[in-house]
Amino acid sequence: MAIWLTKDSKVIVQGMTGSEGSKHTRRMLAAGTHVVGGVNPRKAGQTVDFDGTALPVFGGVAAAMRETGADVTVIFVPPAFSKAAVIEAVDAEIPLAVVITEGIPVHDTAAFWAYNKAKGGKTRIIGPNCPGIASPGASNAGIIPADITGAGRIGLVSKSGTLTYQMMYELRDIGFSTCVGIGGDPVIGTTHIDALAAFQDDPETDAIVMIGEIGGDAEERAADFIKANVTKPVVGYIAGFTAPPGKTMGHAGAIISGSSGTAEAKKAALEAAGVKVGKTPSETARLMRSLF
Amino acid sequence: MDLYEYQGRELFERHGLPVLSGGVATTPEEARAIAERLGGRVVVKAQVKVGGRGKAGGVKLAENAEEAVAHATNILGMDIKGHTVHKVMLTVTADIAEEYYFSYLLDRANRTFLCIASVAGGMDIEQVAEEAPDKVAKIAIDANDGVDDAKAHEIVAAAGFPAEVADQVAEIAVKLWQAFIAEDATLVEVNPLARTPEGRVLCLDAKVTLDANADFRHPDHEALVDQAAVDPLEQRAKEKDLNYVKLDGEVGIIGNGAGLVMSTLDVVAYAGEEFGGVKPANFLDIGGGASAAVMANGLEIVLSDPAVRSVFVNVFGGITACDEVANGIVQALSLLEQRGEQVTKPLVVRLDGNNAEVGRAILDGAANPLVQRVDTMDGAAKRAAELAAVGV
Repeated sequence: MAIWLTKDSKVIVQGMTGSEGSKHTRRMLAAGTHVVGGVNPRKAGQTVDFDGTALPVFGGVAAAMRETGADVTVIFVPPAFSKAAVIEAVDAEIPLAVVITEGIPVHDTAAFWAYNKAKGGKTRIIGPNCPGIASPGASNAGIIPADITGAGRIGLVSKSGTLTYQMMYELRDIGFSTCVGIGGDPVIGTTHIDALAAFQDDPETDAIVMIGEIGGDAEERAADFIKANVTKPVVGYIAGFTAPPGKTMGHAGAIISGSSGTAEAKKAALEAAGVKVGKTPSETARLMRSLF
Repeated sequence: MDLYEYQGRELFERHGLPVLSGGVATTPEEARAIAERLGGRVVVKAQVKVGGRGKAGGVKLAENAEEAVAHATNILGMDIKGHTVHKVMLTVTADIAEEYYFSYLLDRANRTFLCIASVAGGMDIEQVAEEAPDKVAKIAIDANDGVDDAKAHEIVAAAGFPAEVADQVAEIAVKLWQAFIAEDATLVEVNPLARTPEGRVLCLDAKVTLDANADFRHPDHEALVDQAAVDPLEQRAKEKDLNYVKLDGEVGIIGNGAGLVMSTLDVVAYAGEEFGGVKPANFLDIGGGASAAVMANGLEIVLSDPAVRSVFVNVFGGITACDEVANGIVQALSLLEQRGEQVTKPLVVRLDGNNAEVGRAILDGAANPLVQRVDTMDGAAKRAAELAAVGV
């Protein structure tokens, strides 16, 4: 059954007609995702052909949901227009919005997050600046390569895209229930804690890999949550031990501010919660492997 | 991006906040002109992005323009905790009856904004929060509701500002919020916010951090970058749209994806412990679709760092196939030769994931003597560290 994204999920793409949007719509379709249409107000009524699959373009998210029964949107629109795109998705009360776009101003993310909250939090937002969510063998919403691994019983939650792929690859013989890339921005919609809670409740997940990185205190809070609420085994990895303070390391949120947000503090918090933390991605994979 | 105090002061001034008149000087002569324009007593402050300026002798009071020039002469060029002073700010002085604290910042944990206000200002707010938490008010600000007059008065009441300054502080609270929004800031901090004996409330300091993701709607923010302080390699990388951070080690790093590159730095540092403590020389994320041109640009930057003794190219083929990356490396090396760059430093390449076998075969086929292929991340990191240690 996986978490949040299943074989029954019906996916629309906001920004489907753009270059990134169309490239990844094609990939999602190839992965077996039930993509049912796209949104672009200027191209409403047109259809776009993806290797033989003709997908309708709708003028808005609400119309797309009404016509197709979509319950997931993947957002590829450029940073300047992302806030409006997410707010439209929230207004349509779509259950899941996956925001791939990198480079959204944090004021915009804070604004659409607050907007969703004020409207009752009916939409789960994943991202921004994330690779999306994949339930191998069932569905794929975002840009995570679908052919790295098959279905299995590990749940994965990560701030980083390529580290997610690396971990999926190292453990591909065991397989994954769902892999969630929550994104590397300072403000994100779905947190480590949200994913840990969902994996804890998911009967198809037996163990969880959690990947964090420098910046903020999300990993520390996740550690507290694990201690109190997670009975399934959790293996962790933290990137950024050698990152200097005050420098943004690629991800907008990956910055050590003063003495807070360090990798050491995150590792210590996780270990205090009983989480085994690998020194390298490979060691982390070995720790997980030893559980199976 | 963190602004200098003088940039923060000017930004506050533009947004109608009460600040002291002043100006910024890079030479004693400029300092004289500003001091003469301001007239009378001025304070001369070193402009560095580090605390403890006062203790280091970087903040001086001058009774007249002559003294201001003398202080500017002493302070310009001074080293404060490893930061060379290139600019001094001069402002008129103010008598202070009371010092307060006021800031807005991004609250990552709660995914909203936070106002921190205190009537115990002028010192480190974290220390105040620790020693007297009841003196520090923290009020969540809804990103969409913001701070209007009513919210401002709520903040003023929560922090316990004295009645005689309540309206002034509330007005500052609203204007500061407007500045915070208008400039896409993630921090605006006033410490101290001061009351003069005459009862005026003034912003005596200005600490501002701006969100780089919002640069596209703030073309004027580009001018706030201190070009002199930017590492030349970081500057060149930025011009080529590369995400590069200079570090102080010997192993050049190129990888795809911010998380994987951060992880690569760590793995190299661990491996380096065995080889006399060699460390990563840089962070460089060439992103998902690493074309030959991007790879060439990346290699050029990394190889031009004189501290680099070996290079570790660590790529996991996700969306990008490893054969494309391998072709990119091979083409990049010949592209560099065509550009007249002599490549002499060894490259350790690890390719894994999508089409890794094909990619590895391409590297083997090219048989460039400088390129060594190691197929695991840990093994490749070790080899790169070992190569960097040779001759160290």
